[in-house]
Parts: sequence; structure tokens; C-alpha cells
Amino acid sequence: MSEARDAGFDDWLDAAEEDQAYYLECSEGHGSLPPRRVCPECGSTELEQPPLPGTGTIETFTVTHVPTPSFEEDAPYATAIANFGPVRLTGQVAGLDLEKVENGLEVDIAVAVSETTGDRVLTFEPV
Amino acid sequence: MSEVRVAGVGLTPFGNVPERTSRDLFGQASIDAFEHSGAPRSDVDGVLYGNFMGELSEHQGHQGPLMAEAAGVRAPATRYESACASSGVAVADAVKRIRNGEDDVLLVGGAERMTNLGTAGATEALAIAADDLWEVRAGTTFPGAYALMAQAYFETYGGEHEDLAHIAVKNHDNALENEKAQYQRAIDLEDVLEAPQVSSPLGLYDSCPISDGAAALVLTSESYAEEHDLDAPVAITGTGQGGDRMALHDREYLARSPAARKAGEEAYADAGIDATDADFAEVHDCFTIAEVLAIEALDIAPVGEGLTAARDGRTTADGETPVNLSGGLKAKGHPVGATGASQIAEVTSLLEGAHVNSDAVADATTALAHNAGGTVASATVHVLEVVE
Repeated sequence: MSEARDAGFDDWLDAAEEDQAYYLECSEGHGSLPPRRVCPECGSTELEQPPLPGTGTIETFTVTHVPTPSFEEDAPYATAIANFGPVRLTGQVAGLDLEKVENGLEVDIAVAVSETTGDRVLTFEPV
Repeated sequence: MSEVRVAGVGLTPFGNVPERTSRDLFGQASIDAFEHSGAPRSDVDGVLYGNFMGELSEHQGHQGPLMAEAAGVRAPATRYESACASSGVAVADAVKRIRNGEDDVLLVGGAERMTNLGTAGATEALAIAADDLWEVRAGTTFPGAYALMAQAYFETYGGEHEDLAHIAVKNHDNALENEKAQYQRAIDLEDVLEAPQVSSPLGLYDSCPISDGAAALVLTSESYAEEHDLDAPVAITGTGQGGDRMALHDREYLARSPAARKAGEEAYADAGIDATDADFAEVHDCFTIAEVLAIEALDIAPVGEGLTAARDGRTTADGETPVNLSGGLKAKGHPVGATGASQIAEVTSLLEGAHVNSDAVADATTALAHNAGGTVASATVHVLEVVE
């Protein structure tokens, strides 16, 4: 794959690294994630970038033992979906033992790097 | 509106044949489909071919014409790609083309070559059915995404891994005599529960295998079948397709499949039936939890009760609505691009009395085929009926 950045997505990771994560919100109040020009719920093209609420709640998780080659050195690792209110996000859970990951856990966002590739990884850390 | 007949079906054995190209696999399936149909290749108006990962596994794009050629057909050809629903959507479009009078004979199917990639390579290839930026780059694998759904299901409705294990045991039992199946081998609950974890709570035996294989169908209009005196007693009487947001985290529900529900409702209305009319179903059980979500979306089981359907014998071969009599993706195998068409092939054979498991549904006249892509951002449902 090329070394080019993914505009919108890498900009979001840059912002998250500065504790300034955001989401996209249309005039009807629907939340979504970049890169995006059109609200997927209603087709509105008026998208603002309000700050993402600081804390999310894990709604489901899994511990992956058989990874793709991009995460070979990282496995086993926990992936979770966390609800931040206007949007949910998928991220890896860091900062606690795998067996302690559970639904209802309060997390905030961090950006880590894959041990395998050095690429940035959206990560959840317990609050 | 013309009725659509399934005039011919062909399947390669599904399994581990890394050296065989997809053109070879599809060519083989097409031979059986044409022989079964009685229609000549020269009457084919078009080829609709499903494939997902051909660029990654064979460095091959533009596969439509290649597969028409492999089948000995000189007709315009189009490749359909909707992840694991690739040939399901090909069938859905073929049904519409025949119904609106555009075409009389279509060769429809799909193939996938996967095992040459190895486990890591195939895991990587399958993952691209998810949102690359927001799911795959966080480490989501295909089993991992279904594991998230399984965990969400347990959280919402209760249940445990052992409930899922009954589904794997059932589908292996169904495949025992199916010579097309990758695994003709019985397993028990302990095998499932003690298998290595892939992505918790799902283990190796909750997961379909990595498979090579092809499926081909010859679909014709009713008028063509009658004029040419084809022996084609089974028709596709209902078709439906549903879609959803790409990433699991963007969906309203983490443990339901609204795209499959929409596809099912559309197919039932199209055929003029409801779920209780279905005598049996082939559903997309890429993982044990996927069968649960499928039968709930199709109203074969109420929401929250699909988990125990296999355990309680409601979907076993002798149950009220047998599910995956072929062995399903779990035991028959899942060559991704072939799966949707292979379900139509198996349902047709079961209804015709030509399948090794036809005795389990000897009086059946109506059945379903449900095919899903990704974490069900794409779904098709077809209703098949014996019409003569």
C-alpha cells in the first residue's frame, strides 16, 4: 500500500493524539465518522465537527488470538466497541489485563502503535 | 412477469485444493449445471459471476469474461462482488433480468480460491469485507467481528458458548453423507468447547473453514423451460436484498441483522408466503452465531430465541424447520464467492429429492436460501418452491 495519508482519517488520529477527538454532526443531529461529505442517515451535507465526549462505555468486546498479518506480534489483543453517545467506535483495549476487559467499562481514547507494523491504532484506555 | 426456473445446478466438492484455479473450479461446476439443465450453452444470454478476493488470491481482476470462457459460453459476463454475498446478489439480479423479459437463460454462480493464501493470508483477505479505516486498522478480523456480535448477543439475551456449540454439532451431522462437503465428520460438544480460541467467545469449531470451490446455476424463464421441455420443477418465487451501514459499530443493533430481515420480508412478500410456510432453510452460518442471527432475522425463531433452536432440536434434520441440511458453511465449507449460489443449488437438490438428505424433508415444497456479506451489511434471501 502507498505511504499516502488517508485524509480525514489520519487527520482524526492527529486530533485524537492531541486529546481533541471529534465526530461529525449534521443539522439533524446525526453523528458519524470522517472522512465523509454526506450524512449517512439523512443526506445532509452540512457537517460540523463538535468535540467527541471524553468518555465512552464498552458495549461488546473480543480477545483475538488469530490476527491478520498486520497484528501478528500484537496478538492476543482485545478489541471493543465503545459508545461515546453520538457515535460508537471500534478500538483496541490497552492498559489492563485481557481478562479484565468487560462490558460497561468506562474508557477514553488514545492512539497507540501496532507492535507488528508501527502503524497507528485507535485504542481505548480505562478511565 | 416470467417465473424463474432453476434448470440446472453444479457444485465442485468444497475443500482444500490450493493448486486449482478459480477458472478451473467454475468450469467444472458449469459442466454439471449444463448437463443437469438440458439447455445448450449457445442459448445463454449472460453470465453473472460472484467472486470476492480474486485480486488477492490469484492476482486476477476482470473475471467475468474469464469465467464465461471457462464455462464455454459466448455471452456478456459481469462479476458481482459483495463480500460473502457475492453470488447471492448475482442470483438476485439474474432473477430480475429473467422476470422482466430481458433474458431467457442465464449462467449464474461464483467461485473462490482461498487456501493458497494460507490461514494468515486468508484472514487478511476476509478482513477487507469490513471498514478498513475504522475496523480493520483497529485489529478487527472477520471472526473477531462476529465475536463482537456474539458477545453482544449474550449480553442482550443471555446464553453461553455451549448453546452455540450445538449449532456446529448439528451442521457437522448434516454434512456426514454430503460428498460435496469439506468436513464429512461428526463432532461433539466437547470438541467445540475445547477447541483453540480464534476470537473469544468463538473458537475454531465455531468457524467455517477456509475453502476452495465453485457453484453454477442455469436459470431460465418458465416459457423457455416449457418450450424446451426442460425437467425443471423448482422455481425461485421470491427474491429480496437488504443493506446496512458498513461498520458494525455504526448499526443500531450489535446483535441483530436488519439487512437480512429486510431481505427476508421482501422475499416472503414477493413469493406470497410467510416464514411458517418454509419447510427448511439454508442460511449463512460463517460462524455459529451467524446462524442464530439469520434464523431470527427470517422469523424462523423469535428474536432472542434463535440461540437455543439447535440445542432444542427445532432446527435439526428431524426438527420442525431443518436449517443447513447441506452442512452449512460450517461443515460444507465457504468458498466465499460460491456460497450464495451453492445454497440455491443445495435447496434445489433437496426439493427435487436428489440430495443425500432429501429424505429429511420428503414432503417439502417451499424453502429458503439466505446469504450474507460482511457482518451483514449485505444480505439476500430467496424463496424456492416446487411448481410442477
